[in-house]
Amino acid sequence: MAEPFDIAVLGAGPAGANAALEASRLGCRVVMIDEQSHAGGQVWRAKSAAVLSAPETPETSAGNQLRKAVSQSAIAHLGDARVWQIEQVPEGWSLQILVGGRSETIIAKALVLATGAREFVQPIPGWTLPGVIGLAGATSLMKQALMPPGHRTVVSGSGPLVFFVASEIRRLGGTVAAVVTPNSRMDWIGALPSMCRRPDLMWRGMVWMADLMLARVPIFWRHAVSDVRGEDAVSSVQISKLGPDWTPLRTVKTVTSDSVCLGNGLIPALEAAQLAGLEITHAPELGGWVPKVAKDGSTNLRGVFMCGDGVGIRGASAAEIHGKLAGLSAAEFTGKQVGLQKNRLYARYAAASSFGLAMTALSVPRPGLEKLATPQTIMCRCESLSRDQLLHEIEAGAASTNAVKSGLRAGMGPCGGKFCQTAIARLVASTKGLEEGAVPPHTARPPLRPVPVSALAGDFAYSDLPIPKPAPL
Amino acid sequence: MTQAYDIAIIGGGIMGCGTALRVAKGGMRPIVLDQGDLGQGASGVNAGTLSLQIKRVKLMPYALKGHAEWESIGDAVGFRKTGGYTVAFTEREAELLHERQTLKAEAGAPITFVSNNALRAAEPHLSHKVRAASYCPDDGYANSSLTGQYYRAQLRDNGIDYKERAAVTTIAGSAGGFELGTSKGVISATRVLLAAGAWLKPLAALLDVELPVQARINTVSVTERMPPLTSTVIGHATGLLTMKQKANGTVLVGGGWQGRGMPQEGRGEVLSSSVAPNLALAQYALPDLAKARVLRSWTGFEANVPDFYPLAGALSGVEDAYVLGCVRGGYTIGPYIGKLMGDYILGREPELPLFDPGRDFTKDVI
Repeated sequence: MAEPFDIAVLGAGPAGANAALEASRLGCRVVMIDEQSHAGGQVWRAKSAAVLSAPETPETSAGNQLRKAVSQSAIAHLGDARVWQIEQVPEGWSLQILVGGRSETIIAKALVLATGAREFVQPIPGWTLPGVIGLAGATSLMKQALMPPGHRTVVSGSGPLVFFVASEIRRLGGTVAAVVTPNSRMDWIGALPSMCRRPDLMWRGMVWMADLMLARVPIFWRHAVSDVRGEDAVSSVQISKLGPDWTPLRTVKTVTSDSVCLGNGLIPALEAAQLAGLEITHAPELGGWVPKVAKDGSTNLRGVFMCGDGVGIRGASAAEIHGKLAGLSAAEFTGKQVGLQKNRLYARYAAASSFGLAMTALSVPRPGLEKLATPQTIMCRCESLSRDQLLHEIEAGAASTNAVKSGLRAGMGPCGGKFCQTAIARLVASTKGLEEGAVPPHTARPPLRPVPVSALAGDFAYSDLPIPKPAPL
Repeated sequence: MTQAYDIAIIGGGIMGCGTALRVAKGGMRPIVLDQGDLGQGASGVNAGTLSLQIKRVKLMPYALKGHAEWESIGDAVGFRKTGGYTVAFTEREAELLHERQTLKAEAGAPITFVSNNALRAAEPHLSHKVRAASYCPDDGYANSSLTGQYYRAQLRDNGIDYKERAAVTTIAGSAGGFELGTSKGVISATRVLLAAGAWLKPLAALLDVELPVQARINTVSVTERMPPLTSTVIGHATGLLTMKQKANGTVLVGGGWQGRGMPQEGRGEVLSSSVAPNLALAQYALPDLAKARVLRSWTGFEANVPDFYPLAGALSGVEDAYVLGCVRGGYTIGPYIGKLMGDYILGREPELPLFDPGRDFTKDVI
């Protein structure tokens, strides 16, 4: 791609798209890059083109508004594209992007990282069986394809997502066999003061609850799915009572089902931030490890801005506002006058954050939950490593995620550690008696997503390969 | 708490740990200190190629001994003696191959030149554009990722103390020894060995010694698991490609393509402008690699001095201080030169000569 952009935005969710819109409105040349075809991110994911008509939901209407704004703007929106490398260059920042099976280069003066979050799933026996899907994964399936995850589903996990998923499954014609959540009713009552700051969102939650109660869906408070059973696919799940720190106490019930949704909160997706060189810090209240980012989205790396759930799980409403802030900051960096536009956003950001952080507090796993994994439970799916194998390596002296990766390849498979690293870091910390904040994620390296050799090699003539002089004899 | 050790070894890579094991066998009490985890520097992130075809002529005797060391360690480091081919695609490369491999064969490596038919029979997936190839049956690889795991177990089994994430920030001479300030307390030792690879320069500066150590920033990439594509170690006449398919099916690609960064500023950075031609060359040699997805590229710092020969011996001007590092082909030679260094520190005559760190680097005196 020839001429450098002013700003490249990674991610087209509520944060990224709003950052791009603000900067574009101020006259910046903006490119917005996202893995999905359409803007909206995970939370406002667009319907598949194969879905001809569907009733509107708050998510679809927010997403449609955003997509309309993007299409009417001057933003260069690059969909179905994966950023795999980020490098600082004299002009600013260079991105390597996998698009249409080829690797392309995009250069921009400033970078806005709006990489969002991914979900944490506590490994439990049977969680790798077909029919088990993440809670957030289930929302993607339902938003894009309007398809419930099975005929009869157990929905299990922490925070508000478990109730949203259960209610969506019912709306789309599925059956919810049970809702299982490690939170207690008291946990939710404790969150009420923060929830009152967003009565609109609280009302939606109450509608979900009312629907589940009217349908007589059993809700297991302070419980977790402790075992998923089945030969080739899910046939039943066991539900266990949890203690105050979510340690499993005893199995109380077996429920038949053909599908299970599991999720234990979101964690900031920070590989891109780490690769760019941002310093990270551990903040459990924000969902785990987060890059150091100011409230206006600026960072201590020149020309790098970051916003949304990637800097701490505050939810979509906060991400929209944070995106605007980061877009303004990035525009300011490229020389645009933004005046006092940022100031009027801070109070709204704080209010929205307060609600989002209360939901994160409900979602973040408590220490006892990891005891759901038995010695034989697979922790690293790519390399099929059990908790026992990992524990053995840690007890033999591997005291960091990097050391465990070197010894066992945990994190060297196609997922690059995205599935296993949080659980492995917790295992290192608990085994070595360390704080979670003393066990950082393993070193971030490119590619951020797997890239075919052919795309990296591109079209080349052998004679064009820049072969330097041979090593000393 | 201060404890007196016979020697403090700074740097828990192959050379530091190898020396520690040797001096401990000789009756000394060593401690190994590393700023990070054991074996996570060059020792643990290099491509693991054990190829006599890419060793320097004058280091060949050391490389032959190094191969024997890795072979005796065996499965614990994923050692495989697969044999290896070095290929040339142009007339000029073929000449280079002939000239260089002849000298290496004369230095003792069992290298022969092979016909294209023999090459195709052995490696049917290789490109048919190969002009010339050499073969060495002793070549193979080990899994460098297992370096830390292996030496951690060795140090433990031999009762050798080590401290990880213990960066040495000060070295003070004291009566009959050294006091090392580390992030995990003060360590006292009668002797000190600097074996910190690319970090040797700032470390020697703590003793007011200037070592002209620089670092190359070598890039390595690994693919996902693939069906069998190659069964030997593949190299290129220029040395700019090393490639092997591991037992688990992943293909590891190296060749010394340069990333960027400074050892003092943390791990180096991968540059796409280096990864691209490195993998293009790999795909040119092994066309079926095109379909493989690259999962991770990384860099490691390979330390060197201007003449590209090792630093191995007494540190000039500081009594009871030693230095070991900057060994070209250091992964291969590391375990052996660690033993030589250990013997030297024990006051024994090493089996092969060491490399005076106080030499004049502008003249090739090796």
